[in-house]
Amino acid sequence: MKLSDISNDINDWFSGTGPLADIVVSSRIRLARNLAGHKFLNSCSDEEKSEILKRLKTVLISLDLGDDVFYFSVDDAPALSRNFLVERHLISRHHAMAKGPRGVVIARREFFTAMVNEEDHLRLQVLKAGCQLSECVEQIDRIDTMIEKQVDYAFSPRLGYLTACPTNIGTGIRASVMLHLPGLVLMNEINPIIKGVNKIGLAVRGLWGEGTDAAGNMFQISNQATLGETEDTIISRLEQIVLEVEEHEKHAKERLLQQKAISLRDHVGRAYGILTHACLLNSKETLDMLSALRLGIELDLLREWSASMIDELFLLIQPGHLQKVEGKIIGAEKRDLARARLIRARLTGKHVECEEQTGRQMPDDRHRRKDGKRQKTDDGTSGF
Amino acid sequence: MQCQICNKRTATIHLTEISEGVRSEMHICEQCATEQGIAAQSQISINDLLSNLLASQPSDDELLGAPDDVSSCPHCGFTLDRLRKDGTLGCPHDYEAFQNSLLPLIERAHNGSSVHCGKVPSKIPQETKKLAELTRLRQDLDKAIHNEDYERAAELRDAIKQLD
Repeated sequence: MKLSDISNDINDWFSGTGPLADIVVSSRIRLARNLAGHKFLNSCSDEEKSEILKRLKTVLISLDLGDDVFYFSVDDAPALSRNFLVERHLISRHHAMAKGPRGVVIARREFFTAMVNEEDHLRLQVLKAGCQLSECVEQIDRIDTMIEKQVDYAFSPRLGYLTACPTNIGTGIRASVMLHLPGLVLMNEINPIIKGVNKIGLAVRGLWGEGTDAAGNMFQISNQATLGETEDTIISRLEQIVLEVEEHEKHAKERLLQQKAISLRDHVGRAYGILTHACLLNSKETLDMLSALRLGIELDLLREWSASMIDELFLLIQPGHLQKVEGKIIGAEKRDLARARLIRARLTGKHVECEEQTGRQMPDDRHRRKDGKRQKTDDGTSGF
Repeated sequence: MQCQICNKRTATIHLTEISEGVRSEMHICEQCATEQGIAAQSQISINDLLSNLLASQPSDDELLGAPDDVSSCPHCGFTLDRLRKDGTLGCPHDYEAFQNSLLPLIERAHNGSSVHCGKVPSKIPQETKKLAELTRLRQDLDKAIHNEDYERAAELRDAIKQLD
């Protein structure tokens, strides 16, 4: 299997059909593990890294996961491919940027990935749509147990699994959920929620993890502490919080409908209008408008699309994905053009070409109506 | 530490600025930070947070514990300066070699915990497994008592007795 095979069809976990899929886009569990008898990566020579990679790769590709697995070398991959893998949540940004021999093993349906030589020797990840933390932890535990039959992990009875950074020791588990919370953002109620979640020891981050902002009203909530509690305790606390945040989001949406019905419809309608008619769309504005469209779907204002279709677009409109489809590096404006074209095609089912040449005059309205294309795209409007 | 602006509340925001090689630090409370227009960043990576914490406290007093017998790890040559720089250790042995120094830092990162309780590799000796199981049961017992579930607490107490 080649990397190009991934870009074309969408993975299971982002299909938006899991439990609580209206607000929980996906659930993810990551385990950090290191091999006994080796230094942590920051102290490893390239030879030692190669040795670790070879050992773990052999074990990982022989795992019986009920799905094809394939290995992808990250250190000699072009920046474009690495970027694509990051956008797809298959590797971390750290892994993409790190140095030395490293790679990733990916299950064809993308529910499982194993990064070798990221910050730790091994970082396992299981990803599922909707709120499925318990299912994720069950699956990753099974995989981890299969691996530990073949290798010796660095483990201390007192401190648990030993990791390069002391913040990951113990269980080595990082559980996170990706939440879509437009109601709370639009009602200006998101900050107290973030503060409250932080207070009980959970971290809130943006769409692509550490250091990213909450574009598209997507928030990742994850545990911080990994030592001193069982995996189950950590997971159930996070699940509890998801239920609470879901409740808050539901109420925020109800108030939004009661108090700001017109501006809500305007918000969704504008996003609909721009996304189906714009010729140039940058990443940030597209994410925010897709969020508005998803909100419209969640509130049953828009019926012609599903939340999962919007979630899919959230992935496909990213720079690395657009360039992967084009097969080459393209500049920002060309990307904006390709992004607008993709969204228009997906949302309206029609391909409408915009003028690619900048500086050339766009045809005027009269002209456009005459050629009929604009008229057609307007036909498929929603109930606004 | 007190807030440098109001001199009343506890400083919870610590800013380190390095400009033209000159380093300046500021320790202020949340309220003063809001008034000064300094927004608290909620999206900082844990590693950054850790190295910032370490960098802002050159005295080591608060974050690193009592000194250990060694100044560098006999297995990998790791020193605590490395941890300050990139927030990671050199090899698994460092946790033992620097256990005194690392303890306060570990407790701070894990809500005061310093003992593992959770999955244990199937390969490790039976005695170690027993230890981990005991830790887990004691934690469950605390939880049961906290929730006033005394029936469960009695069960757990018996299970602990049997193992111990």
